[in-house]
Amino acid sequence: MMKYLFLLHSPHGPSTDPDSAEYADNVAAYGAMQNQMIEAGVLIDCQPLYPVSASTTVRVRDGEAILTDGPAAEIKEQVGGYIVVECADLDEALKWATMVPAAQDGWVEVRPVIPVGKPA
Amino acid sequence: MSEQDFRAHWWAAVASVTRLVGDLATAEDAVQDACLAALVQWPAESVPDNPRAWLIGVARHKALDRIRRDARRAEKEAAAVREWAKPGPPQPGGPVGDDQLALIFMCCHPALDPATRVALTLRSVCGLSTAEVAAVLLVGEPAMARRLTRAKHKIRDAGIPMRVPAAEALPGRLDAVLRVIYLVFTEGHKTSTGPALVRGDLCDAAIDLARNLAALLPGEPEVIGLLALLLLTDARRAARTDAAGDLVLLEDQDRTRWNQAMIDEGEALLERALRNGRPGRYQLHAAIAACHSTTRRAAETDWRQIALLYGELIRYEPTPVIEANRAIAVAMAEGPAAGLVILDALGHHPQIGRWPQYHLARADLLRRLGRDTDARDTYRTALQLDPSVAERTFIAKRLTQLEP
Repeated sequence: MMKYLFLLHSPHGPSTDPDSAEYADNVAAYGAMQNQMIEAGVLIDCQPLYPVSASTTVRVRDGEAILTDGPAAEIKEQVGGYIVVECADLDEALKWATMVPAAQDGWVEVRPVIPVGKPA
Repeated sequence: MSEQDFRAHWWAAVASVTRLVGDLATAEDAVQDACLAALVQWPAESVPDNPRAWLIGVARHKALDRIRRDARRAEKEAAAVREWAKPGPPQPGGPVGDDQLALIFMCCHPALDPATRVALTLRSVCGLSTAEVAAVLLVGEPAMARRLTRAKHKIRDAGIPMRVPAAEALPGRLDAVLRVIYLVFTEGHKTSTGPALVRGDLCDAAIDLARNLAALLPGEPEVIGLLALLLLTDARRAARTDAAGDLVLLEDQDRTRWNQAMIDEGEALLERALRNGRPGRYQLHAAIAACHSTTRRAAETDWRQIALLYGELIRYEPTPVIEANRAIAVAMAEGPAAGLVILDALGHHPQIGRWPQYHLARADLLRRLGRDTDARDTYRTALQLDPSVAERTFIAKRLTQLEP
């Protein structure tokens, strides 16, 4: 089995106003997707992310931590959330990626996770 | 004895070893080593009764040796690798044919860039060396080596499976494979640049691929249709260039130089494919090619039938290129004016304007309508769009003929 990280990009993402119907639809769509993934036993984790304005970037130079407010690079497209799934192969992962709502109006980048054992 | 002699076994050997060790790069290196061993051993001793089985057996040993060696180098990974290399009964797996199919589906996986699929298929399935792949695809050898390595790493790291897709995914995935084979062929068939011999090699490689695939998937009419198309098209190879190496148009070709055996085989295959009642783009392309192949003299060509077939083809391949080809057929059947109407209607299409063949076709119709000035201007437009060497020579000839 392999783990895959889905990076969710929704440049024109739905409204963030929790009272809007669109917001509720989006929550429902992700809820349905998660349920399917849980049922299939592939879901490891699935979370939305705060905007990059909440990011802090850390670099260590000469032993000193240098913090920068915001993302590492000014890019227009932001990762709005992530999903980690465990699948047999890329074909299965890609099948799940097409079911992520973000793929409809934005895109989903499928990154294979390098299997590294946890320290004992 | 040369590396050429092993090419017929390359696909089966790489497939079998990849199935065993789960890594394409390791498998290819091992098969390469086995071929080198054969170069030394076969002439010294004797060629084995079953050269393919010999190569596969030696390559499997070499691959497992390689893995053990690497394992010693990286003890941390040893436990996992020992699992792989555990001696015991050979991996069950199906017949080698199944592994071969799985390998080509892996090399033509849609998660790989289309140009990479072509390069990888030439290397891993056809057995061309990296230098040869670089030469035929007009890429520098170091760049090609990097591209191939990246592709093999992606297959391994991203978990692209070596598997024949399930029935519901098969049509789309098979289409990707057929597209790669067709691209290999057109790379060889179009006389653009490079030594002509290498290009002929590429046509042969594509035909071999299609022939093997048709044997592995006898129930897929589009595979048989593709093989028919390649044979019918390649049958004209000798007549496509004149003594000076210049392009000869279909209508001017010496049809006695067409390869009749290939035409007969292509036609028989096309009939077999069409009997399935599941037409597709390759069967239609083959049907069009057959219209030409069965006609003894260019003047007797059934252009009305060809125009109809192109009209049908647009349903499967809705591109301006097909519509332009239909226009040419209509021009032949009903006169240049009727064809020009269709071509002019395509003019707004952003891609078609950059395609030299579009302007060549328009120029030819204008010439036949006696609009010499328009024809000259249009030939010059085509000339500016970087046509192939052969086309360039052809345009120059036409421009001289049209001198006022």
